[in-house]
Amino acid sequence: MAVWFTRSGNVARHLKRNMGFLGKLNHSFLGFHQRNSSLVSPIDESYRNAVVVLNNAMALFSVRCSESTLAEAQRDSRYDEHENQILDFPGGQVTFTSEMRFISESPEKRTKCYQVLDDNGRPILGTSFQPLSKEFAVRMYSNMVTLQTMDTIFYEAQRQGRISFYVTSNGEEAINIASAAALTFDDVVLPQYREPGVLLWRGFTLQEFANQCFGNKGDNGKGRQMPIHYGSKKLNYFTVSSTIATQLPQAVGAAYSLKMDSKDACVITYFGDGGTSEGDFHAALNFAAVMGAPVIFICRNNGWAISTPTSEQFRSDGIVVRGQAYGVRSIRVDGNDALAVYTAVQTAREMAISEHRPILIEALTYRVGHHSTSDDSTKYRPVDEIEHWRMARDPVTRFRKWVEWNGWWSDEDESELRSSARKQILHAIQVAEKVEKPPLSDLFTDVYDHLPSNLLEQERLLRETIKRHPQDYPPEVPM
Amino acid sequence: MVFHFCITRHELLLFEALREGLEEEMDRDPRVCVMGEDVGHYGGSYKVTKGLAKKYGDLRVLDTPIAENSFTGMAVGAAMTGLRPIVEGMNMGFLLLAFNQISNNCGMLHYTSGGQFKIPIVIRGPGGVGRQLGAEHSQRLESYFQSIPGIQMVACSTPYNAKGLMKAAIRSENPVILFEHVLLYNLKERIPDEEYVLSLEEAEMVRPGEHVTILTYSRMRYHVMQAAKTLVNKGYDPEVIDIRSLKPFDLYTIGNSVKKTHRVLIVEECMRTGGIGASLTAAINENFHDYLDAPVVCLSSQDVPTPYAGTLEEWTVVQPAQIVTAVEQLCR
Repeated sequence: MAVWFTRSGNVARHLKRNMGFLGKLNHSFLGFHQRNSSLVSPIDESYRNAVVVLNNAMALFSVRCSESTLAEAQRDSRYDEHENQILDFPGGQVTFTSEMRFISESPEKRTKCYQVLDDNGRPILGTSFQPLSKEFAVRMYSNMVTLQTMDTIFYEAQRQGRISFYVTSNGEEAINIASAAALTFDDVVLPQYREPGVLLWRGFTLQEFANQCFGNKGDNGKGRQMPIHYGSKKLNYFTVSSTIATQLPQAVGAAYSLKMDSKDACVITYFGDGGTSEGDFHAALNFAAVMGAPVIFICRNNGWAISTPTSEQFRSDGIVVRGQAYGVRSIRVDGNDALAVYTAVQTAREMAISEHRPILIEALTYRVGHHSTSDDSTKYRPVDEIEHWRMARDPVTRFRKWVEWNGWWSDEDESELRSSARKQILHAIQVAEKVEKPPLSDLFTDVYDHLPSNLLEQERLLRETIKRHPQDYPPEVPM
Repeated sequence: MVFHFCITRHELLLFEALREGLEEEMDRDPRVCVMGEDVGHYGGSYKVTKGLAKKYGDLRVLDTPIAENSFTGMAVGAAMTGLRPIVEGMNMGFLLLAFNQISNNCGMLHYTSGGQFKIPIVIRGPGGVGRQLGAEHSQRLESYFQSIPGIQMVACSTPYNAKGLMKAAIRSENPVILFEHVLLYNLKERIPDEEYVLSLEEAEMVRPGEHVTILTYSRMRYHVMQAAKTLVNKGYDPEVIDIRSLKPFDLYTIGNSVKKTHRVLIVEECMRTGGIGASLTAAINENFHDYLDAPVVCLSSQDVPTPYAGTLEEWTVVQPAQIVTAVEQLCR
């Protein structure tokens, strides 16, 4: 054994001096071995030994095959410009390597995050972004403030027992409004449940929000869903469904429909970091890539899936790296930077429609509020962490600073907007509280397009029962 | 009963009838599209979509990756955006993976959106117990799906009703699940040349009679008809109804029959527990109790996963001999 190694060692050294094909082959082995002596992975030791053995074995092999292989290189065109052999397999051509090398489970550096404004709302030197007019910027900011105010007041209303349930989007106002602002009203929205800002931008009134939360007659969902399960066909916002990530393949289907009709519109769908663990996420991205569906996938990576932090949700470098795994173009964006989100979504939209491809945007942010009114997040995360993000990293304040710096906003405007929004929302709640609930007949309609005989029968039975025992049924439901 | 004045007919197999119905609807309405595994150039696992990809293109007859919950979800999203997709499950059993989308979204979103979004999709595929396909490929999904509010279910059994039900399902504004049977695809029949659409909610009178009402659907219809031959020779006069509509039941046709014969035998392929037969028994007892001279008898498959061995498999489904015995006992 020792003799064999010595011999091959001599051969290796001899070959190293040649700069023909074989020399390059051998050189690459040795080079690799030397380059990677600083690896910190625990598998290194055996790996290095393996490389040494391979190195020597290949050197031996290359001596024997020198003549014929060299001749082949001159005749064969199945080599790339670096004279590495190309292999043909289903799925395309790959370059061969005799270095057995595993791709690391994590990249050397995390994917960079696109940002336009610094924490003080100043544009970072050299950053490119989509310029905004004063009206547009003010409109964006007003919507962010309204969303923030609406969340606060509805949350309080739930605590007072006036509505049964609420989900805030505290800390994610920039993602909500800025992404909505970058789209047209023809673009179809498939939300998860933390994106009421998109509806707000499109013109859903505060009264309509309140009506849905109170489940009254004014709700266009006819009081059938829990609060925050908004939906509006008119505004191209698909009704919220509680199930996680089911909207992702539906988004691909909607995009497929737009593509069939060659419409100048795309689909945008939202989901959280937790939602990416669902099987539907995987299939939706895969399908979208295969089909060339014009859909923008926006992941609100806010660090928490109820009580599960992202460190327990996945081990990849966030969500953005998964895009390439499916053949989907992707970008990581500072989700608390309204201008960055706006620019990224607008660019993504152009790419999606003109190139017929899906885009994945990972917007990094923080869930400042609790998961919902049924959750108390102080039980699983430190209060000062929440406070830090609420105060020092507020996306609304950050954007405000930029708008003010442009001379488009003042303190008077601020107090006027906030008090006006608060007043309007409180009024909307007061009105919604008094509006009649949907009638009993709405319990049975819309299950099918027409009322079938069995449901008609069930409705009749129910009415009979209520007539016989009126004291056992809620009085405020109109018959 | 429909009286055809113009009775030119052509002969075809059941899977061809399905395809004919599908093709006619795709010609009629450009929003109709098909999606599923291998439905495109492969033509589908039972060749129902053969030739369609060539005629309508890859986008209207879409080959999907293997993710049932996801392509069903895709169909839901496409339907909400205005298309009329037909989802093919390569085998109905695989649609168990799509249960989330079917139950939580497909059946629900028209209701929860307040009627704003409709989901006019058709979900179809081969199911039932075949010839030694193994337990996972012998599922009877109608049992599991029957509770979902918002969907309709129909089962075809002849080339004539296969084409008619396919067309009706596609034209329906509600989500419809069309159950085909693995062993019936090669049935031959002469069907009318003229266009026809059947009603999704109607049962089919197969053989009028006086002594007993036998309710059945899909493959069991043929076992019942075989038993009927034996019964007629023995002097019985069974009325055989193919219920076709599994959700909702056609209680009008069934009721009229019960009022006439006063005896009911249900023959199904579902398992004893929680099958279509179980629901139908309850519905008949509730609605027609006064007209029954004997308790409703239901013959079903046993509550076992379908075994692979041919002889064992045969004995998990109801055989004509059992049907004959049951009628004899019922009519005593």
